[in-house]
Amino acid sequence: MEYCNCFESPWPADELLMKYQYISDFFIALAYFSIPLEIIYFVKKSAVFPYRWVLVQFGAFIVLCGATHLINLWTFTMHTRTVAVVMTTAKVLTAVVSCATALMLVHIIPDLLSVKTRELFLKNKAAELDREMGLIRTQEETGRHVRMLTHEIRSTLDRHTILKTTLVELGRTLGLEECALWMPTRTGLELNLSYTLRHQNPVGLSVPIQLPVINQVFNTSRAVKISPSSPVARLRPAGQYMPGEVVAVRVPLLHLSNFQIHDWPELSTKRYALMVLMLPSNSARLWHVHELELVEVVADQSHADMVKQIAKVAVALSHAAILEESMRARDLLMEQNVALDLARREAETAVRARNDFLAVMNHEMRTPIHATIALSSLLQETELSPEQRLMVETILKSSNLLATLINDVLDLSRLEDGSLQLEIETFNLHSLFREVLYLIKPIAAVKKLYVMLNLSPDLIEHAVGDEKRLMQVLLNVVGNAIKFTKEGGISVSAFVAKPDSLRDPRAPDFLPTHSDNHFYLRVEVKDTGSGINPQEIPKLFMKFLQSQPLATKNSGGSGLGLAICKRFVNLMEGHIWIESEGLGRGSTVIFIVKLGIPARLNESKLPFLHKGPGNQVKLIFSGLKVVVMDDNSVGRTVTKGLLVHLGCDVLAVSSGDECVRAVSYEHKAVFLDVSMAAVDSFEVAVRIREKFSKRSDGPFIVALTGNTDRMIKENCRKVGMDGVILKPVSVDKMRSVLSDFLEHGYLVESQ
Amino acid sequence: MEIGGEYLEILGSSILMTDYLEYSNALFREGLLDGQFIQLQMLRDDSNPDFVVEVVTLFFEDSQRILNELSKTLDEQNVDFKKIDANVHQLKGSSSSIGAQRVRNACIAFRSFCDAQDVESYGFCFFVLFPDQMCLRCLQQVKQEYLLVKNKLEALLRLEQQIVAAGGVVPTLNDVS
Repeated sequence: MEYCNCFESPWPADELLMKYQYISDFFIALAYFSIPLEIIYFVKKSAVFPYRWVLVQFGAFIVLCGATHLINLWTFTMHTRTVAVVMTTAKVLTAVVSCATALMLVHIIPDLLSVKTRELFLKNKAAELDREMGLIRTQEETGRHVRMLTHEIRSTLDRHTILKTTLVELGRTLGLEECALWMPTRTGLELNLSYTLRHQNPVGLSVPIQLPVINQVFNTSRAVKISPSSPVARLRPAGQYMPGEVVAVRVPLLHLSNFQIHDWPELSTKRYALMVLMLPSNSARLWHVHELELVEVVADQSHADMVKQIAKVAVALSHAAILEESMRARDLLMEQNVALDLARREAETAVRARNDFLAVMNHEMRTPIHATIALSSLLQETELSPEQRLMVETILKSSNLLATLINDVLDLSRLEDGSLQLEIETFNLHSLFREVLYLIKPIAAVKKLYVMLNLSPDLIEHAVGDEKRLMQVLLNVVGNAIKFTKEGGISVSAFVAKPDSLRDPRAPDFLPTHSDNHFYLRVEVKDTGSGINPQEIPKLFMKFLQSQPLATKNSGGSGLGLAICKRFVNLMEGHIWIESEGLGRGSTVIFIVKLGIPARLNESKLPFLHKGPGNQVKLIFSGLKVVVMDDNSVGRTVTKGLLVHLGCDVLAVSSGDECVRAVSYEHKAVFLDVSMAAVDSFEVAVRIREKFSKRSDGPFIVALTGNTDRMIKENCRKVGMDGVILKPVSVDKMRSVLSDFLEHGYLVESQ
Repeated sequence: MEIGGEYLEILGSSILMTDYLEYSNALFREGLLDGQFIQLQMLRDDSNPDFVVEVVTLFFEDSQRILNELSKTLDEQNVDFKKIDANVHQLKGSSSSIGAQRVRNACIAFRSFCDAQDVESYGFCFFVLFPDQMCLRCLQQVKQEYLLVKNKLEALLRLEQQIVAAGGVVPTLNDVS
């Protein structure tokens, strides 16, 4: 259409078209004006919109476009030049703005597009986060459930309770219809249904362990979905209902039946129980992953927990057991100590009482027996008829026997409880042998037996030992020899034992020691008598055994003799044994005892004292000033007399105070009787010592005691006394004591 | 021919001496005296010829006193066993100093009863007599022994006197303990 300034357009020609155009332009203008309004409205509403400037531009563009179209409305009819100008202005402006906008959009549209992609990205991210949140939540839930369950499980240790609790809690948490536990049998070949939720103790059901479904479950630590019709899931009678999904999981078992406090359970175990969980039937529920995870965790946790708990308990129990044990042991020890102490005290009391009793009964028993013996002997001297003589002889024999028995018993009982101590002194060894033979010679003569004594030339004359007991042993042995010999005789040999001959293969524990002041005396008593069966020899030394009942019916003897000999010999650190080649071939009794060699030759006890030497000694001690303290007048007089006899100048006092007062530098010796009840001699000794600044200025202090107690000697030594003498004191003893002091300045042997 | 007076004297004193020896040996054998008595006799010398007599007399006096004391104490209502023990201890001391062995042994036995006032420590139930009665019995025993040894010692000392009077020398005895 050609534009001209002549405006004609009659409405009727293209009236319809014109009308439509007119309307369209109107609506376009309207739309154009309304769009920015809408945009402004919405932009105002939204807080964030970075491209305001763009909007403004766009709005301007659209407004101008709308304006153009609006103005176009006036151009359909005759219009003035103003309108034309306005129209042109509008169009020009529109053109400008739209070009500007078009230019601007080139920059903006890519930006807008990227915003879109970012938005998409963020949305994806948000979706992902949501998913993860969901996962964490389920995990947390699982954890919570697990904690709940394990808390329940932890509250008990019993395996069954643990598993049952597991089932119950699982059932509750997961809303299960049924939850069952199958336990392996002892043989391990079957699984027994041991627990279900509905029934506490289900009975009877068991399946073989080698089912494929079971193997499948046991081979993985995951929970496995199994068919509801599998034998382990067929727990209830099949109902009309659709069974829910079933899941089975393995539960590792410890060998709890073999579990002991000291054995650490093996953690790698191949025994499993089977847990079967069934969702409610007729529900659309399916096993969710997190539920399966829960089940797996629980099944495993219970095991781990069990192990941990058991370990804890095991340690605690073993500690407790050890503690209890040690406390019990300690209590027991204390009890035993108390009992031992009591027993010891009782034993001591008993021994003391026994000894006291023996001491009394000793005298009490001996007196009548001695009386009997004495009187019977006297009676024998009188005129008697043969029958009477026989009776008296019997009485005499019996009394002698009884006397021997009493002696033996008293000795043995003292020997046995170790209260017997050897009385060591110097004695004449040669004369001991002679005396023994002298005693038995009459009996031997009656039996027409010879008696030979052979003392080796290197046997010293004097020895130190217990003379009485040695004589007893010798008498016993020799007496036995005589007893069992009917013809021939006995020979006694004594010599110093050589070291090699001391070792007797029969007594491997007899190890003689050698020293300079001891020697071993070996005595052999050989008889030509009835001999002894070598097998009987060990029994001979046991008390109360009579080895030859037939032959020795009349020989008497209590059977104690050899036992006592053995004890005495042992006390003397020796050994005794018998050799015999058999019955009818005689026997030899050999014993070895340890004796001391006397240090000084004048230690021997001389049986007879001449007055001669006394006079010489008197000169040595002449005028020696001494003090004697004894509250017993007789004792004091005797001791004084003794010292006066030896030539001393004696001051005798009866009290401690007097003694301390009287002692002076002039006095060389003080004799204190320590068995006094009223005076404490030890205190007196201390006071005397205190009186002199230097010990050498003061006198020798000697204690006189009738008591051989070792304690007394100790106490005397402690208070500073120089020696102890045993009462009653012989002249010899006192003489040697005084010479010891004068010669050596101390007491050599305080006995 | 007449036998001279001196010979008679010697004979007489030797008989006396033999008697003396036999007598004292018997005493030793019976255990009335022990070696301590011999020691006492050894102390008799020219400077102290009456030593034995002195000591023996002292012993008699002391013992008599103690025995009287003991009788008195045991007669009391509440027997003081400590006092009895002390006295018996004294007697034991004197008798052992003089060598009166059986008196000493009787004293030892006596003391053991005094010690055992606590009857349980004996533990034997056949002591039918009560402790103080046992003590009485012991005292009787001690008295008996004392009187016996007193008589014998007095006889012995008389013999000694006779020997001395007859011009002999009292023989010193062997230590046969």
